[in-house]
Amino acid sequence: MKKAPVLIAAFILGAFAVGGVGLVAITHELTDERIAANVRAAMLRKVQAIVPADLMDNDPLQDRIEVSDPDLLGAPTTQVYRVRSGGDPVAVILDPTVPDGYAGPIKLLVSVKKDGTLGGVRVLEHHETPGLGDKIDEKKDDWIKDQFNGRSLGNPPEDKWLVKRDGGEFDQFTGATVTPRSIVKAVKNTLLFVREQGEILYDAPAIAAAPKQEGAS
Amino acid sequence: MADKPYGSIVSDGLWTNNQALVALLGLCPLLATTTSATNGLGMGLATTCVLVLSNVTISLIRNLVRPEVRLPVFVLVIASFVTAVELTMKAFFFELYNVLGLFIPLIVTNCAIIGRAEAFASKNKLDRSLADGLAMGMGFTLVLMTLGGVRELLGQGTLFYQADLLLGEAAKGLALSVGPDFQGALLAILPPGAFIGLGLLIALKNLVDKRVQQRQTARTEAPEEQEPQTAG
Repeated sequence: MKKAPVLIAAFILGAFAVGGVGLVAITHELTDERIAANVRAAMLRKVQAIVPADLMDNDPLQDRIEVSDPDLLGAPTTQVYRVRSGGDPVAVILDPTVPDGYAGPIKLLVSVKKDGTLGGVRVLEHHETPGLGDKIDEKKDDWIKDQFNGRSLGNPPEDKWLVKRDGGEFDQFTGATVTPRSIVKAVKNTLLFVREQGEILYDAPAIAAAPKQEGAS
Repeated sequence: MADKPYGSIVSDGLWTNNQALVALLGLCPLLATTTSATNGLGMGLATTCVLVLSNVTISLIRNLVRPEVRLPVFVLVIASFVTAVELTMKAFFFELYNVLGLFIPLIVTNCAIIGRAEAFASKNKLDRSLADGLAMGMGFTLVLMTLGGVRELLGQGTLFYQADLLLGEAAKGLALSVGPDFQGALLAILPPGAFIGLGLLIALKNLVDKRVQQRQTARTEAPEEQEPQTAG
């Protein structure tokens, strides 16, 4: 007789746990596809912004390889998406990490065209100071477009791939030099990596299924 | 226990017992997400949604749940709704989710929600609890939006920038901008700006309350004398 209330309480708690899990499971089931589509669409929009759309007739998110060069690309593994037109290589898109941002690592998306020029650079994820370092975000400032579009390892010469304060050709921000400096270095390293690898980046067989996004936006 | 009149539920939620300004509950999401009016509004609406759902559910089950397991059951209910809201947001407001995503799970720990569940919904009928959830949520949302708006205006020189993320294309016209040359006070966007802003809002509320009270006392003491209008 004394045990009954405890059992009832436990039963009630259990019932609510089951109900709660049920609710979450149903919501997950209903939204799963849409969320995956959203993640894909967001990534594709970013890719399209840095590759001329008329030169792309494949799905780069499916045509992907994984490379590893922590020294140049900043992270243990880096994704390489291949852009092709009629089967011919057009550009590669990499997502290198800038290890030395002012407030932690910065994740970039860099497209390098077949001839070695930059298609464009975008910031995927960063924690830079609002109002200062966060001008690297293309929503806040055109810096990242103005500085990198059309550049290559010969333009400016390799030893000029520095911010102006360090004697190079790239603009820094008033009050924030560390962020642009680290990005310029990372973009240069990415170009070096692509030049080093050459054709292999296009020829290597693609691996299946797009990677799960780790909270990247 | 007599049912609380709707009027006082609403005035409690929006002003007298405002969860953010008076009860000072839910400060974590309040301070973290209010970098712009849009973010504040989004976070406020998500919180209101969870608050209404949890208030309604808890009011419905209030006679079913034994007092010993009351709190764990509330936590379960709230956590389930928060996860559901998070997934829904990710599916339908993906861009906004990218901005607020980190803070949505924090709604679970928003004391305002379990506070209302325990203090109100577990003792009141369904309709009152629904009204309470709505009123408290709206009060919270208003504070978030005001604080976000002030911080955005001071720090970035815009108001409702990127409102289209939340309200669709039509809201693009809502966005205001002071001008391209506005440098902005960085402090307002950084975390200290949130504390200072909230402090000022609370001070403003207390000031208004005091004025109102003064006027009432003045009126009862000397009813024939008309006080000049004072702006709060």
